[in-house]
Amino acid sequence: MKTWIAVWNILKKDMRTYYLKPPNLSWGIIFPLAWTSMFFIKSGSGFGDIRAILPGVVALSILFGTTSMLAVTVTFEKKGRSFERLLLAPLPLEALMLAKTAGAIVMGVANAFVPMLMAAFFVDLSSVIWWQIAAAVALIAVSSTFLGLFIAVSVREVFEAQTFSNFFRFPMVFLCGLFFPIANLPVFLRPLSYALPLTYGADVLHGSVNGTAQRPVSLNLVLLAGFCVVLFLISLRNVRKKWIT
Amino acid sequence: MPSTSEPRSHAEAAVEVRGLAKRFGEVEAVAGIDFEVGEGEFFGFLGPNGAGKTTTINMLTGLARPDQGVIRIAGIDCSRNPKAAQHLMGVVPDESNLWPELDGFENLCFCGALYGMARRSREKRARELLETVGLADAARRRFGGYSKGMKRRLTIAAGIIHLPRILFLDEPTTGIDVASARHIRRVIADLNAGGTTIFLTTHYIEEAERLCGRIAFIVEGRLVRVDSLANLVRDVQDRRVVQLALGRDPAEMLGPLRQTFPGIEFEPVTGDALRAHTAHTLPLAPLIRFFEERGVDVTEANVIRPSLEEVFVCITGVALDRMRKEKEQSKRDGGVT
Repeated sequence: MKTWIAVWNILKKDMRTYYLKPPNLSWGIIFPLAWTSMFFIKSGSGFGDIRAILPGVVALSILFGTTSMLAVTVTFEKKGRSFERLLLAPLPLEALMLAKTAGAIVMGVANAFVPMLMAAFFVDLSSVIWWQIAAAVALIAVSSTFLGLFIAVSVREVFEAQTFSNFFRFPMVFLCGLFFPIANLPVFLRPLSYALPLTYGADVLHGSVNGTAQRPVSLNLVLLAGFCVVLFLISLRNVRKKWIT
Repeated sequence: MPSTSEPRSHAEAAVEVRGLAKRFGEVEAVAGIDFEVGEGEFFGFLGPNGAGKTTTINMLTGLARPDQGVIRIAGIDCSRNPKAAQHLMGVVPDESNLWPELDGFENLCFCGALYGMARRSREKRARELLETVGLADAARRRFGGYSKGMKRRLTIAAGIIHLPRILFLDEPTTGIDVASARHIRRVIADLNAGGTTIFLTTHYIEEAERLCGRIAFIVEGRLVRVDSLANLVRDVQDRRVVQLALGRDPAEMLGPLRQTFPGIEFEPVTGDALRAHTAHTLPLAPLIRFFEERGVDVTEANVIRPSLEEVFVCITGVALDRMRKEKEQSKRDGGVT
């Protein structure tokens, strides 16, 4: 059995039938634009503020792009029972779940570079540490996608996937230090911040764009990678428990 | 212990099941069943709705985890690792579950890729299968736009794209048009003639009678009989079955009928008809008089050749007509049984 043929074709099919559809592509452009405009309007400042809000917009573009897309597509296939065909294929479950998540990860990474590209037209990004950006974007995309997988395994209906995604996403946005420093949060909320993968991704992004990281980059990246592994293993266990009953 | 008849081939069982059991909470879906399916055999797995047929197929194919028991597919122990023999199996579930946004050809190629087939070989096989199932002209139409019968035919093609040694078919012809059902039966029979082992569940008893060499009956999760078709039908050859066409629904007369004729089994069938089964001489004149006294005209009386249907009714105690209606209604409602 040539596993790579199955994995590659699952990724190709998902890209074609879900992720590269015009509504998704336009979402990838409109979403960062909307967030950027919102922060400009709120702050009332000029282009100089772009660097300050760039890490936030990048992280949100990935988070919202990956979680909802994966949760919705998997729930859609579960509902139509076509997902059963994937489970019946002689493919290790780990490979199957990686194939199903790969499309969302690719789209998450692509979404992240839309605001970066837009920002490059208005401000000088020459001091940005690109390898750190690339590592953070990749790991945020992976962890957010696995969060989407966790959500997909927990719900039955497509609308549930959407609402359940928001249950995680909105608190994450405000608790991860992207827009408000964690030090400014009430003391009882801070432990929650440190339990979120996005907190560590946001810190790397802040550090690489503005030089304002709170923790060493290597520690952030290791913790973020740890979250990816844990979320993937939890999702795999849930898939075995709930979908192979 | 159910009565059994040996599978056709003794060389190596295509499917071997020992003490297979599965519970869903308080419900015992499958209660420790044992059977074997020989290599190249056409095996029917029959039972009333909710008897445990689909749960058994799900356990055999790796979609459900058994609580107990041993499953061997072509000698490979799949009890703990259901993935171990999935490359040998083709599965046609009770619902046509391909990808609606892909066309017929793409769906088949994608299913071939899931089994690791190289691009050229899966495309060649997809073209052949589209011809076989009569969908060559619809190859480039989206699956979502197919009729029910077309969807079913393509789902069967998807199940055999990788040339499986064993094909599991769960209700392959339920709820589709007659022409498609005939086409599907022909394709399945040809596959079996070519050496593929077939494991079929169906509630169309005549379909099982026409296709299967051996049949297992499952009732409330227990195998009550596994035997060859010839042996099963031999048992009911002495039975007398008469179908009476009545002017009205016989349901309300069933009680008095059973009281008056205790040695006869009565089963309402489609329309206003009633079937009477007995192992003894059937007292036709008193039966007709019974209806006449209640103002019901017996417009027709036909002697029915004893068939697998009688075997099913005797073994499971379930009226087939009712079961069929329930199943078709469940399909229309989108339910799973």
